[in-house]
Amino acid sequence: MQTLDLSEIGLREVNKALHAQSDDTNQTAWTIENARGSHAIACGLDAPIEVTVKGSTGYYCGGMNKQATINVHGSAGPGTGENIMSGKIVIEGDASQYLGATGHGGLIVVKGNASSRCGISMKGVNIVVQGNIGHMSAFMGQSGNLVVLGDAGDALGDSCYEARFFVRGEVKSLGADCEKKEMRPEHIEFLKEILAEAGMDADPSEFTRYGSARNLYNFDVDNAGAY
Amino acid sequence: MNKHTPNGIPHTTPRQSATFTQDINSDIRRAAATGIYDIRGGGAKRKVPSFDDLLFMGASISRYPLEGYREKCETNVTIGGLHAENPIELDIPVTIAGMSFGALSGPAKEALGRGASAAGTSTTTGDGGMTPEERGHSKKLVYQYLPSRYGMNPDDLRKADAIEIVVGQGAKPGGGGMLLGQKISDRVAEMRNLPKGIDQRSACRHPDWTGPDDLEIKILELREITGWKVPIYVKVAGARPYYDTTLAVKAGADAVVLDGMQGGTAATQDVFIEHVGQPTLAIVRPAVKALQDLGMHRKVSLILSGGIRSGADVAKAMALGADAVAIGTAALIALGDNDPKWEAEYNALGTTAGAYDDWHEGKDPAGITTQDPELMARFDPIEGGRRLKNYLKVMTLEAQTIARACGKNHLHNLEPEDLVALTMEAAAMAQVPLAGTDWYPGKPGTSY
Ligand SMILES: Cc1cc2nc3c(=O)[nH]c(=O)nc-3n(C[C@H](O)[C@H](O)[C@H](O)COP(=O)(O)O)c2cc1C
Repeated sequence: MQTLDLSEIGLREVNKALHAQSDDTNQTAWTIENARGSHAIACGLDAPIEVTVKGSTGYYCGGMNKQATINVHGSAGPGTGENIMSGKIVIEGDASQYLGATGHGGLIVVKGNASSRCGISMKGVNIVVQGNIGHMSAFMGQSGNLVVLGDAGDALGDSCYEARFFVRGEVKSLGADCEKKEMRPEHIEFLKEILAEAGMDADPSEFTRYGSARNLYNFDVDNAGAY
Repeated sequence: MNKHTPNGIPHTTPRQSATFTQDINSDIRRAAATGIYDIRGGGAKRKVPSFDDLLFMGASISRYPLEGYREKCETNVTIGGLHAENPIELDIPVTIAGMSFGALSGPAKEALGRGASAAGTSTTTGDGGMTPEERGHSKKLVYQYLPSRYGMNPDDLRKADAIEIVVGQGAKPGGGGMLLGQKISDRVAEMRNLPKGIDQRSACRHPDWTGPDDLEIKILELREITGWKVPIYVKVAGARPYYDTTLAVKAGADAVVLDGMQGGTAATQDVFIEHVGQPTLAIVRPAVKALQDLGMHRKVSLILSGGIRSGADVAKAMALGADAVAIGTAALIALGDNDPKWEAEYNALGTTAGAYDDWHEGKDPAGITTQDPELMARFDPIEGGRRLKNYLKVMTLEAQTIARACGKNHLHNLEPEDLVALTMEAAAMAQVPLAGTDWYPGKPGTSY
């Protein structure tokens, strides 16, 4: 186990040490002490390492992550896991706005709640939130899956493309061109797998699926009022 | 006797309205027939105060010129030396602006890379990500970081020589992008993670930050991901140049790219292009003033774009305080866009060479702003690259010619004192004297 104390060596040295790890590193376990809400912790990682961050993080923790597993032992600030490509980010506490924005792949798990615009413009990432998510979540979501064990706020999936949303609780309102969809066996199967991967215990049959009605895909003047 | 004047009373000649012009009337008829606003490419077509309204005075008894063929006039420029380990070193101060793969064909992007590299300057990606052709053929490639984040990934980010965070474009300050279904080929769709054939809207705001405090943190994140190696530019539309430049510098930008309303776009609403933003001439001085007030002029670079066409424009931009310029439309014309040799085909599309701006429809006869394999095949990237190189060389020679005539041994030594304005408007915007006077509107110490 390697330990990096952010308050002693500073952000640049912490990220430099993590960026220096390659695919075949044998220093696979890292702990970052004294996160204290600092921004850009462990962003841009690209190695199969496991990083535990002690404390809450500021903006963009784990931004553009590839391969690495990042555990935040606290809450996470705005834009955590933005543009994640692969790997996994687990947040023990709550997540602020824009969680996993534009994420292309990988998995983000939140044990608490996630704020507004969770999964905004998602492009392939899977996000699992144990609690609730805020308004405008998955706005313009292109692909990937957003799984919510609690409730979703206003305007879920506004102007979404092919991303899928599974919500167990209430959805306050759906955004433009987002609709309720039927749950087919393949969706139950997918939920079983992703919930297991996220370490969450929930019955897939209790979820409702939402996605694009595909009415706004090509501009049609009769839909102008919906934009 | 005229049959319309049976009682001998003369008619007035038919008179077109200055308000309801033929152009305007055709806009109204188009709107009435379709129910949707007009979308087009290009920049503002209306006449606005511009660099054409400025003149250089040249040397005289009080200052002497440099010999055109013997005395040096340097053109190199360094961009991004403030925070980045590896600033961009360019041989000439004319760069190629960001134009997306998707809006442009792969071979057109390749030609831009070839031409820019041969002329010793940089080219820029665009909405839609980085293509291998473009990276391969561009010695210096600036990677745009846009609200849509189409194709954004850390591997390409680390391959870039600089990063340009796009906040706005002069053609559409406050607007997002659009790429209509016709141009979404398999390759474009795959790079953007979207289904083929659907309209693609690029957001007008970044999804994970708003405002200057967030921008500072976003710049920090990008620097951490790229190890503080490459410069970070911030591109803004010429909307509020003084404040936007100030905020970009405070957020930690190495360069500010400022794009005036004549600046081209691949596609947006005509009403946006013509009615939002400020002319390029009007935005330079406020931006330079912002840099000077912060003590950052010549430390944070200012790259100006929007309707730059010639070495004279380059020299004027630099005299007003820019460090470099960027070109979009002019580069496309150099590649062969809107060439009269395709006139018959332009006519078939209901337009004429020089006026063709329906780039979003993907039917470009010149094969540049299209994804149609047959049209694309008309365009030769090697020849296109050669033409762009020639054009960039000519622009540079022209700017040097002017600078030498003003007695300057580097383009950066051109200064506002070398200029006069032909109109009151240009005098006020450029803050240089109206020709024949020592006065401009707003000049400190004058009572107007
Ligand atoms: C075909 C085309 C595509 C463009 N695509 C982008 C883009 O993807 N991102 C961007 O920031 N600007 C884009 N622009 C704007 C240019 O970067 C630049 O601001 C503008 O072209 C400068 O003005 P000029 O065309 O008069 O030289 C595009 C412009 C054109 C003509």
